[in-house]
Amino acid sequence: MKYFYLVWKNLWRRKLRTIFTLLAALFTFALFGVLVATNVAFGMGVDISGADRLVVIHKISLIMPLPIAYKDRIAAVPGVKAVTHMNWFGGVYKDPKNFFAQMAVDTPTFFDLYPEYVVPLAQMKAWNEDRAGAIAGRDLAARFGWKIGDKIPILGTIFWHKDGSRLWTFNLDGLYEPGKKGVDATQFFFHYEYLKESAARGGDLVGWYTIRIDDAKRAGEISQQIDALFANSPYETKTSTEKAFAQSFANQIGNIGLIVRYVLSAVLFGMLLVIGNTMAQSVRERTNELAVLKTLGFSNRLVLFLVIAESCLLALVGAGLGLLFSWAVLTPLVGTMLKQFLPVFFIPAWGILLGVAVALLLGVITGLMPGIQAMRLRIVDALRKV
Amino acid sequence: MGNWLAQIGTVTWLNLRTVGQRRGASTAAAFGILVVVTVFIALLSIAVGFRQTMASTGDPATVIVLRGGSDSEMTSTVTRDSSRIIAEAPGLLRSPAGTLASAELFVVVDVPKRNTGTAANVPLRGVQPAAFAVRKNFRLLEGRRFESGRNEVIVGQGAAKEFAGLEVGHRLRWGENEWTVVGIFSDGGSLSESEIWTDVDVLQPAYRRTMFQSIHARLESAAAYDRFKDSLTSDPRLDVSVYREPDYYAGQSEGLTTLVYALGLLICPLMVAGAVFGALNTMYSSVATRSREIATLRALGFGSGPVVISVLAESLLLAAVGGGIGAAFAYYAFNGFRAATINWQSFSQVAFAFRVTPALIFLGTSIALAIGLLGGLLPAVRAARLPVATALREL
Repeated sequence: MKYFYLVWKNLWRRKLRTIFTLLAALFTFALFGVLVATNVAFGMGVDISGADRLVVIHKISLIMPLPIAYKDRIAAVPGVKAVTHMNWFGGVYKDPKNFFAQMAVDTPTFFDLYPEYVVPLAQMKAWNEDRAGAIAGRDLAARFGWKIGDKIPILGTIFWHKDGSRLWTFNLDGLYEPGKKGVDATQFFFHYEYLKESAARGGDLVGWYTIRIDDAKRAGEISQQIDALFANSPYETKTSTEKAFAQSFANQIGNIGLIVRYVLSAVLFGMLLVIGNTMAQSVRERTNELAVLKTLGFSNRLVLFLVIAESCLLALVGAGLGLLFSWAVLTPLVGTMLKQFLPVFFIPAWGILLGVAVALLLGVITGLMPGIQAMRLRIVDALRKV
Repeated sequence: MGNWLAQIGTVTWLNLRTVGQRRGASTAAAFGILVVVTVFIALLSIAVGFRQTMASTGDPATVIVLRGGSDSEMTSTVTRDSSRIIAEAPGLLRSPAGTLASAELFVVVDVPKRNTGTAANVPLRGVQPAAFAVRKNFRLLEGRRFESGRNEVIVGQGAAKEFAGLEVGHRLRWGENEWTVVGIFSDGGSLSESEIWTDVDVLQPAYRRTMFQSIHARLESAAAYDRFKDSLTSDPRLDVSVYREPDYYAGQSEGLTTLVYALGLLICPLMVAGAVFGALNTMYSSVATRSREIATLRALGFGSGPVVISVLAESLLLAAVGGGIGAAFAYYAFNGFRAATINWQSFSQVAFAFRVTPALIFLGTSIALAIGLLGGLLPAVRAARLPVATALREL
């Protein structure tokens, strides 16, 4: 620690260069943060999906519905603790551009199975008593400026009323908060009963079931039992863990996510090279200074340490500022802009840690080459050079 | 004036000839710019390619008819009776077999992706015989067309490349039915190439449907659109929305292209900022190592203008080399790169190829030159302002 002052002074020897290098590192790591957040967003919630939840969908495709009668039969399978179901409503709020997810959910069970959607008790009570009631995510309500008590008109594209009208009006009874980081707060839930009673057709079918099992380890076994139950029926099922279900969604986005990851690596690699080169150069320029240090009795190892400490300090300060900027300003800003496409957009803790680790690695690598040169330096040779 | 130009020439030439002495720093700066340009072009080529696939689907003389208020085939339904009325509407092109109108059913089936092995939503479209004439770019590449009334399918070449088990002769099982792949087709790079087609009369009972989802039809000419549309919308028996196909698919491509452009616009300034500071460092140190040289030139009577220009020229050269290589690399690596992604509007996969267009290359190299200009400007001014006496005295 006692050499900190020396390292610090060395760093500011060429102010302009240090500032530029810092800024280059800052922007590179700000970008790093945004790309980590993008990666999380394209992960479609794989990381936060419940380990003890399974999803039961129609074997041919998610778009094919399942009979409501399956609910009791699934609930009777040993190991199944709770069952709920959802319908994709797919309506349009004012303009098709205002896309968001609307789901008809099973009122008594839905929020039990999804404790990550947190609704205040009073609002939940109001919703339970309101046939045409709805609960919206906090971010969704913010996007359209909705308040509790508002009437939300949604034009049905899949479901329409028995009298042929397509307009569904919901009362906004409550808002849910994300219970943990990474939970999508842009969805819209309403009562399945309302859909079932009012829809001209299709109301007696549900989109898919979500179940909770008592032991996550038995997921494979229970899935097989459920699928065997409905084998050779007109509505065969495919049961998978919620994680696998989310993963298959993420995979549907396909190579695009992969390409974003490549971009991340390419940009980082390129920028690190630029920064590393500058840092290495600044050590090389000081060859005879290092020789003087050695003359004064600094050991080879200490000289190496000083050089590496300097490059690490530079990298860490730049990366720290960049990650901070990205975390505090950039990603929230971008997240708001892209909310519509990527509802979950943030830098998780592992992203920050990874960034710091990369910065440290950068510092060591860029310091190592010139550091070793400095270590091997013969004092006489170095001092002779001008 | 001539003297001034000669000075510029001399100093710049001197400058560029010594770039080799600053190999490390120059290469790093050029490489930084190379990465920026490559990434920029690669990102935008996704959006351009996707949009091109959507845009090449349908020409102005083709229309799609959906249920009133529907904006996607997925959520639309058209009854058999309505489909007959629509097929007889004025303005449609006729062939000996009737008007060129195909009532179609659009469902999604799970097919594993080749590269991940995980299930993807692949569109399965049931079509009527007129469908082949409605899509005038339709070509059979391999095998034959499906026979009507049989569980046979033909596969678009995009789908065949992107998803597993769709080769001619393969058997597929969806639900209770088994299907045989009998052909591979192309359709001018359009969205249809991501789809699997079969006879709608076979698909309807297999999916327990009695209705269609859309009518795809060819007009006598693009100008017949209004006549056709008016006759349908004024018919009291019908409740439909009519779109020209290009408009319909342009709407469908909006989500992904907006997302990619937004990401590109966001990532780009950060990359550029990083690269500019890298270039600044390189050029400052280039000026610093040559300060005696520059001072000597100044002492000999060279003006500050030529010195500024020579430094800028060096930085622009680095940028041009980096940008040029980056653009060339992006072109060879990404142009035609095949990918598939989900189109949320139809909840199904779209196979498409990245497109590196001349406009993108131009934009990318412009960005490179802008980085070079920004990175060279301040160091150039410093070089010109260098006090001759001090610089000469410096070691």
